[in-house]
Amino acid sequence: MRAARPIAGSLGLAACLAGAQERGVDFRTEIEPILRQRCQGCHGEELQSGGLRLDNPAGARKGGQSGIAIEPGDGFGSLLVRMLRRPAQQGGPMPLGTDPLSSESIRLIASWIDQGAPWPESGKGDGGSQRVAEHWAFKRPVRPPVPAVSDPGWVRSPIDSFVLARLDAEGISPSPEAGSATLLRRVSLDLTGLPPSAEAIDMAENGTETYERAVERLLASPHHGEMQALHWLDQARFGESDGYQADYIRPFAWRWRHWVIDSLNRNVSFDRFTIDQIAGDLIPGSTVEQRVATGFHRNALQNREGGFPIEMDRVERTVERTSAVATVWLGLTVGCARCHDHKFDPISQHDFFGLYAFFNVATEADIDAPLAGELEPYLRRRPEFERRRAELFRRYRVPELQAYWEERILAASTDSRPGLEPIWKILWDLLLFELDGGTETVRTPVAQRTAKQQDRLSAYFVRNVVGGYDFQTPAGYEELDLGELKREFKALEQSYPALTQAYTIAASPRPPQTHILIRGDYRRPGRLVQAAAPQALPPLGMGENDRLALARWLVSPENPLAARVAVNRIWQQHFGTGLVATPEDFGTRGERPSHPELLDWLAVEFMESGWDLKALHRLIVTSSTYRQKSDVRPRLASLDPDNRLLARQSRLRLPAETIRDAALAVAGSLDRRIGGESIRPYLPEGATEIGFGNFVQWPQSVGADRYRRGLYIFRQRTLPYPQLETFDAPDTVQVACRRDRSTTPLQALALLNDPVFVEASEAFAERLANEAGPAVSDRIRLGFRLGLARDPTRAEADRLLRFYNLQVRVLGAESVESGSGIGAEQVRSGAWSAVASVLLNLVEFITRT
Amino acid sequence: MTRPRLANHARGGVLRRKRLNRGPVPRPSQHGGTADRHVVGARRSFLLDSACGLGGIALASLFAEDGLFAADPDPMLPRDPHFAPTAKSVIFLFQSGGPSQLDLFDHKPSMRRWDGQALPPTLAGDLELAFIQPDSKIWASPRQFHRYGDSGTAFSDLLPHTARRADDICVVRSMTTNQINHHTGQLMMACGTPFVGHPSMGAWALYGLGSESRDLPGFVVLNSGSGADAGSGIWSSGFLPSSYQGVPFRSKGDPVLHLSNPPGYTTESQRARLDVLRDLNEMHRSLSGDPEVDARIASYELAFRMQMAAPELLDFSGESRATVEAYGLEEEATGAFGRNCLLARRLVERGVRFVQLVHGSWDHHAELEKGIEKETLATDKPAGALIADLEQRGLLDSTLVVWGGEFGRTPMVEDRTPSREASRGRDHHRLAFSMWLAGGGIRAGQSVGETDDFGLRVTEAPVAVNDLQATILHCLGLDHTRLTFRHQGRDFRLTDVSGRVVRQLLV
Repeated sequence: MRAARPIAGSLGLAACLAGAQERGVDFRTEIEPILRQRCQGCHGEELQSGGLRLDNPAGARKGGQSGIAIEPGDGFGSLLVRMLRRPAQQGGPMPLGTDPLSSESIRLIASWIDQGAPWPESGKGDGGSQRVAEHWAFKRPVRPPVPAVSDPGWVRSPIDSFVLARLDAEGISPSPEAGSATLLRRVSLDLTGLPPSAEAIDMAENGTETYERAVERLLASPHHGEMQALHWLDQARFGESDGYQADYIRPFAWRWRHWVIDSLNRNVSFDRFTIDQIAGDLIPGSTVEQRVATGFHRNALQNREGGFPIEMDRVERTVERTSAVATVWLGLTVGCARCHDHKFDPISQHDFFGLYAFFNVATEADIDAPLAGELEPYLRRRPEFERRRAELFRRYRVPELQAYWEERILAASTDSRPGLEPIWKILWDLLLFELDGGTETVRTPVAQRTAKQQDRLSAYFVRNVVGGYDFQTPAGYEELDLGELKREFKALEQSYPALTQAYTIAASPRPPQTHILIRGDYRRPGRLVQAAAPQALPPLGMGENDRLALARWLVSPENPLAARVAVNRIWQQHFGTGLVATPEDFGTRGERPSHPELLDWLAVEFMESGWDLKALHRLIVTSSTYRQKSDVRPRLASLDPDNRLLARQSRLRLPAETIRDAALAVAGSLDRRIGGESIRPYLPEGATEIGFGNFVQWPQSVGADRYRRGLYIFRQRTLPYPQLETFDAPDTVQVACRRDRSTTPLQALALLNDPVFVEASEAFAERLANEAGPAVSDRIRLGFRLGLARDPTRAEADRLLRFYNLQVRVLGAESVESGSGIGAEQVRSGAWSAVASVLLNLVEFITRT
Repeated sequence: MTRPRLANHARGGVLRRKRLNRGPVPRPSQHGGTADRHVVGARRSFLLDSACGLGGIALASLFAEDGLFAADPDPMLPRDPHFAPTAKSVIFLFQSGGPSQLDLFDHKPSMRRWDGQALPPTLAGDLELAFIQPDSKIWASPRQFHRYGDSGTAFSDLLPHTARRADDICVVRSMTTNQINHHTGQLMMACGTPFVGHPSMGAWALYGLGSESRDLPGFVVLNSGSGADAGSGIWSSGFLPSSYQGVPFRSKGDPVLHLSNPPGYTTESQRARLDVLRDLNEMHRSLSGDPEVDARIASYELAFRMQMAAPELLDFSGESRATVEAYGLEEEATGAFGRNCLLARRLVERGVRFVQLVHGSWDHHAELEKGIEKETLATDKPAGALIADLEQRGLLDSTLVVWGGEFGRTPMVEDRTPSREASRGRDHHRLAFSMWLAGGGIRAGQSVGETDDFGLRVTEAPVAVNDLQATILHCLGLDHTRLTFRHQGRDFRLTDVSGRVVRQLLV
């Protein structure tokens, strides 16, 4: 009952006592939320309908024009309760114009009045705001003094002082430093997501590369940006399809990922990284890259299902963007406040829509975002492409057909013209859903359209409309082979260079006003709200109300949350659990930090370093705390089961992508190209059938693409890549601040039998043969060093040898039995593949120790 | 052989229920079965709750002595329900797209008189419709309806086989939902909310009860037709630990991904691989002291048992000729759904907790007559056979079978291209639709609920989607208000903030 346990124990007791004291109705948790959510909108600080205020005890007792509202001791007799139950013929129950209170809520209020209507005095009955002001995470972090410790020799940086001071208090000593090769494997996997090479391991062991030098090498490696991007993509709910129904793909979503990798590799400061993503488009003279950065917001899901209200989908995406930003940068879960005041956090519905207002005035914009070297060939060959396209369209009479389609859908969009079949209205709606800005173009007379507008519309018409079931080819055009037109157009487009596109956001030309949406319903606008920071946090500057101001505010020194949330996330990467174990929730319901002073020290250090991410990684991974052994210490297993005190390093099963990458890397088949488009590696037969209809296609990648890192695997939201899903990669539909690390039989089947891993084990075996030579023991040793960064023990080598011999025997016998005539050489290579497969399946291989 | 112990991150909740069951009060405390996938939070709330419920710190230290915090329990370990269940397993025959209740279950002879006339404005009110206008013309069902069985339940001529089981099932004609689009509607039906990222019913069932099967996944998904719009969302584990996710069986290749040994590996060499892995992992266990290694070893053993069990599961050669014919396994129309229905029975027989068939699509905006004939031809016979088969084997009493989609269809016609023959269809309709349930504690041989003369609105005994879900959990012995999971600072449940058990459906 020492260490972490007393905290839990004492909390338990406190809760018990509190429960015993307040057998009856609790004003704070049961009554106040009802008053706040259901009554104070009309009877509160801003508005006192009928002269009644229900946001403080005096006002509530006094009542309004209709009389005394609360008569303590007489619940159902009090006017307040009678109004809540008023029959329809007398005007209906309060609150008016919305759902009445549930009978349960009314009963609670009546019981509370029966008990004398106790209303703890604290300001305007808002005890909540006082608790909020005291909540640790809403106070600005101040750099705390570094504590004295028992063993100053162990301390490499203030991190170690904070950790050791806590261990000292518990009477626990830290673990010894891990061996140099183990340490190298750990830091390589953490910083780059790849295991160290055999040479690097040798150099670590013989001291030719110090640990500090290795850290610098890894931080400078372009794979560092990839690994950090992987974590950021989880947060950003990065996906490459709409996520709903037909799950249309977003062929250029990768362009934003490309920007993330590049920015992290260039060590763009975190404040810059933030501002560009939140509002890069609003920075005066913004560059294409800054606009590409706003693709963060385009990762929201979209529902293009026919018949789905378009405004509802826009509202949904705006709500989602608001929530994502609040969670990623503020560590607050605000989604609940969309419909009602947040029960547990000081985020009111008003606060939520204050944040929402920043994003409500943004619109989506797809832009040309060419990578280096794209523009010149594009411009050079464009005239020829346009000539050939015009010729093709002429041949198939596309301009006439398109005019016919445009004329009808436009007519259907405005009013039903007699005789016009309903299908045209549906085709109009499809255009609205499927082509951003498409309906705008159709409304614009042809002569006034830009070339780009016209090109996009024609391309859409040819790709999506003509020849489809819903588009009945008019009389006189039946002889045209429109399927052939589609094929020819596709071939033509593919034979000319195109510019990479990016999905961004921009200020809306016609910004709507923002209303609170009653119960979050897009059809029920309530009060007008202005863009603003949540009340519990410091305000934005006077008159600052655009996204750029919000972005700057997020990373301003006044904001108590962003730096803490960011350093906590990086800490989590290196220890498995954050100093705050709930990285998505720094609110009053989240975990309290295990080392509050350390968290604040790191947050201040991070800000003062100029939000330097690589410096933060360096600071953490060079600490003595990070370098400890990860072996489980039996005594601590019961004392500190979750290793929150950090008396050792954590043992972490690798993320899904890293398992793939590590297998391909040791096999020598990993393709190390950085950035660029996504890949679609091997997918088992029948795997697409879990998608809807035949919408989801998975044209398998060929050549070296198949061996690119897991980060680049196409994220089709309704068809998650099985290997990634099996190993707990997030679902890409919502912000994920941390990953599960489960252990399931499906994972065993994947590592044993998935052709990707089978092929990797074959390549690994071949590599061992090539690099270690013919001696069995040499090959086993190299296999261990590549896979686990250590030599095998005698017992391990013997056991593996025994397995190898057994495989040779079994395979040999089989070959004789089946008369397949497999030679001894093939039998041996088969046996080696099995050995390599065993190495790839070891717990130690898929664990960062 | 010892039971495998798989690591997961919900040990707080799972652990608590398991431990409390041993204690004197087998009842989750204040928050119900609250758990947190995030170990630390879970542990704290665990201690908090259990300390209150069972007498304070002493208990916490007792657990510590037990060494319980050191190792993770198996998330699939069978756990006691809240109260005595009437069903051990569920087979949910999910009919994606929204089957037309007016052409299958909800007989409205009075509509004939109104056929071809606009829906009266007083009735149209503020109908939410996806495609058509509220004043669209009424379309009386062209189907013939008859009453079947002792109960006299009405079915259309499209469902002869289901109709034959009239006395074994309970038709609910008063279903309502709050969604009018497929993806959100399917999420609502499967997960209790229209939002992505929430756990599905099967995941909740596994989280609450674990699985009886030691060799097969506890939640299996079987697809046929065009599948569901919401894709894997309807068998997602959402914010629950990923072990509770539904495992889709594939109709081509391995039923479970990567179940077959790679080319060149026999059972013997696979076994040898597992043996050497176990030995090496155990060596590592003794050096690192990491109990997670045990969980990993156990997961390989379970994988191997799955490999051994699957061929037997999929081998229908032991089924009688009569069974093969009853499910229509050899007929083109019924083959796919029939195979899945038979597989569902075999899975339930082997202790699998939740089997979800997904068949689509019933989304008949156009050419409804042709389309619904195709879908009923594909599904009616196997569904009827499934009920009969379960009953014959004495499994119907412990298996709850549910048939239905995300919503129904309008009494009004949708005609996008009147110039085409037989182009008539119906739009999405959320205010009234039909489903049926059978077995596992359901009062069979009745129909529940009534709709108005147009089948437009429910007039009697409305059953909301959350009510249906509360009732399904109830049959499994779970109180839907107590089966909760702490996520982002809030306790979530399948039925979100509503739902009530519909007693009328129960024995």
